[in-house]
Amino acid sequence: MNALLAAAGIDPWIAICSLVTVVITVGMGFWTAGKSKSAGDFFVAGRSVSVGWNASAISGEYLSAASFMGVAGMVMLNGYDALWYPVCYACGYLFLLLFIAGPLRRFGAYTIPDFAEGRYDSPVFRKIAVCFVLFIGFFYTMPQMKGAGTTLAYIFPGLHYSVGVIVVGAVITLNVSLGGMKGITLVQAFQYWLKVFAITIPIFVLASVVGHYQQHLEANKTAQETVATAPAGIERKSLPAKAPKDEQWIAPFGSLTTKAVDTAIKAAKTPEEKAALEANKKPYSLLYTYSLIIALVCGTAGLPHILVRFYTNPDGVAAKRTTMWVMILIGVFYVFPPVYGVIGRSLMPELYDAIGSKGTDKVVLELPTLLAGRDYPLLGSVLSGITCAGAFAAFMSTFSGLLVSMSSALAHDIYGRMLKPDSSPEQRLKAFKWAAVIIGVVSVGLGTQVEKLNINYLVGQAFAIAAASYFPLLFMSVWWRGMTMKGAATGMLVGGLMALGAITLTTLSDVYAVQSLADFWVANPLVRILCEQPAIWAVPLSIILMIVVSKATASTVPADVRMKMLVLHAPEALGLKQEYIKEHEGLGGH
Amino acid sequence: MSESPSTPDSIHTDAFLARLMRDQLKLSIACALCFVVALVALPLLNYFQPEFMAQRIYGFTLTWLILGVLFFPFVWIISYIFIKRSIALEDAEAKAAQDGLTK
Repeated sequence: MNALLAAAGIDPWIAICSLVTVVITVGMGFWTAGKSKSAGDFFVAGRSVSVGWNASAISGEYLSAASFMGVAGMVMLNGYDALWYPVCYACGYLFLLLFIAGPLRRFGAYTIPDFAEGRYDSPVFRKIAVCFVLFIGFFYTMPQMKGAGTTLAYIFPGLHYSVGVIVVGAVITLNVSLGGMKGITLVQAFQYWLKVFAITIPIFVLASVVGHYQQHLEANKTAQETVATAPAGIERKSLPAKAPKDEQWIAPFGSLTTKAVDTAIKAAKTPEEKAALEANKKPYSLLYTYSLIIALVCGTAGLPHILVRFYTNPDGVAAKRTTMWVMILIGVFYVFPPVYGVIGRSLMPELYDAIGSKGTDKVVLELPTLLAGRDYPLLGSVLSGITCAGAFAAFMSTFSGLLVSMSSALAHDIYGRMLKPDSSPEQRLKAFKWAAVIIGVVSVGLGTQVEKLNINYLVGQAFAIAAASYFPLLFMSVWWRGMTMKGAATGMLVGGLMALGAITLTTLSDVYAVQSLADFWVANPLVRILCEQPAIWAVPLSIILMIVVSKATASTVPADVRMKMLVLHAPEALGLKQEYIKEHEGLGGH
Repeated sequence: MSESPSTPDSIHTDAFLARLMRDQLKLSIACALCFVVALVALPLLNYFQPEFMAQRIYGFTLTWLILGVLFFPFVWIISYIFIKRSIALEDAEAKAAQDGLTK
């Protein structure tokens, strides 16, 4: 058996760890499936999850393949600039906490479309809001699928990338359609702890053998230093030509944010053109950085699959406590992935030369095998197996969460409210299962197309769309009494769709290497940056449209807006929610 | 209170809602400002003071140490303060509204 595995290039330890993770995850799904009975259970876990469980579960769902594999890969590839991703992924929760978490929980609704409908008494608006669950969701599932394909291609060296995507997609889809969210809460919480274990233990062991975070960072010389002074005991391998130079890599405004201008400089014909572009390089790079920050910070506050979790808190105070714990749990986690990137740059630079699923995105998986070269072959394999298990936990949990919220949107909103309003709970449950299968298949199809793109980059794009659509909707609806349905819808649609369009354009031109578009980007690097990172114009655009259109249609502000705002903001001790529901029932409302 | 879900009339006024939202928003914006100032300032410092930000501290560059490590506890502190204050604010509001009922 071992000989057979060795012949295929498969390390048995790595394969075993991964298999155990998958079996436990799927097993927990089936085990809890028997416990979730009613439709309410299925959608938001009966709304009775404690703060500790819920915070672990939100963190487990949030730490995706982008966090586990993508951040390390991107730090290795681009250096300092990539650090904005983990920082803003974690700190974006602050905006959620400050402006949205408490009020949203007090209002009480299953999903964001529920909130949109309840706040404006408009079933039409629900239909518009549902679309973005799917838009954001699909952009978010693509990198998860890339993570799956990359990991399976690493474990089974001969395996084609898309086979990995299909296998993992099928397993998770099956799991979700059988377990629902009750199962997922338990599984997600378990997976958070698995992921923290899998990212920390290997790097502590590894760093004690090959040298620490700051030592490897010190080995990279800054622009101010004349020679690289690697600390004693740190041996770097020579970097391939494709890798960014030390002084660009370690400093801000490096290859990630200057790529568009650099490409244009390469294509420039005259020295004057080159000089003009060089002068613009740093300002554009600053613009890119700010746009990225806005996308990630605002986007976190508008992610549909995270927001739905806040309804599983018993009350608004618990919702706030949960958010605090989530920030601590994910903040602790995010310190570690960059360490893999930094050590990977020193000791595994050959990854710079590889493309697609063999590139830097797999540095987390492969880095522990360095121990084999330092006389610990077994330990290296076991630790590499542990990081693979963590990667499985990462893309499985996030994909499950996305699948639940996207399937809920289809089953609960589109089927249950639009197509067949008189459907029975059994019919809706069946619809949920079918929706999960349909979305699973589409996600796998999209996932097979994105091998060339960086995992982390793709997730950032999903955040930008959320930042331009849901964030303005939630923020403005919670804090401004004068919002009208038309204003909210116009802002969300125009901002969100323009961001979606700009991002789709850049993604398509990168995936399919469209020549005419590539020429256009070279001629207009600024446009390329604004399309790649649209948040800096799309978020203000969306908010301004909301204000302008709401002012123009001020007569259509919902009549009971004061009551709605009271429900959103008044302490729950006053029992306004119950009163509000009674009033609505009295009026024969929905 | 629990037998009767009906709430005092004083809370169904625009003045009560306006005060409620203003107090909450003030707290949120104050906390958000600390965070936003840091987010805006760090790229600006990198832009205008690259030498200063590139100095070495325990092997890290200053800017790497801030962004890669110190930013997380900074945000935890803000959120801890916010949660403490916001829960206290809610308690005070609830108490004030209920006192209004008994008077």
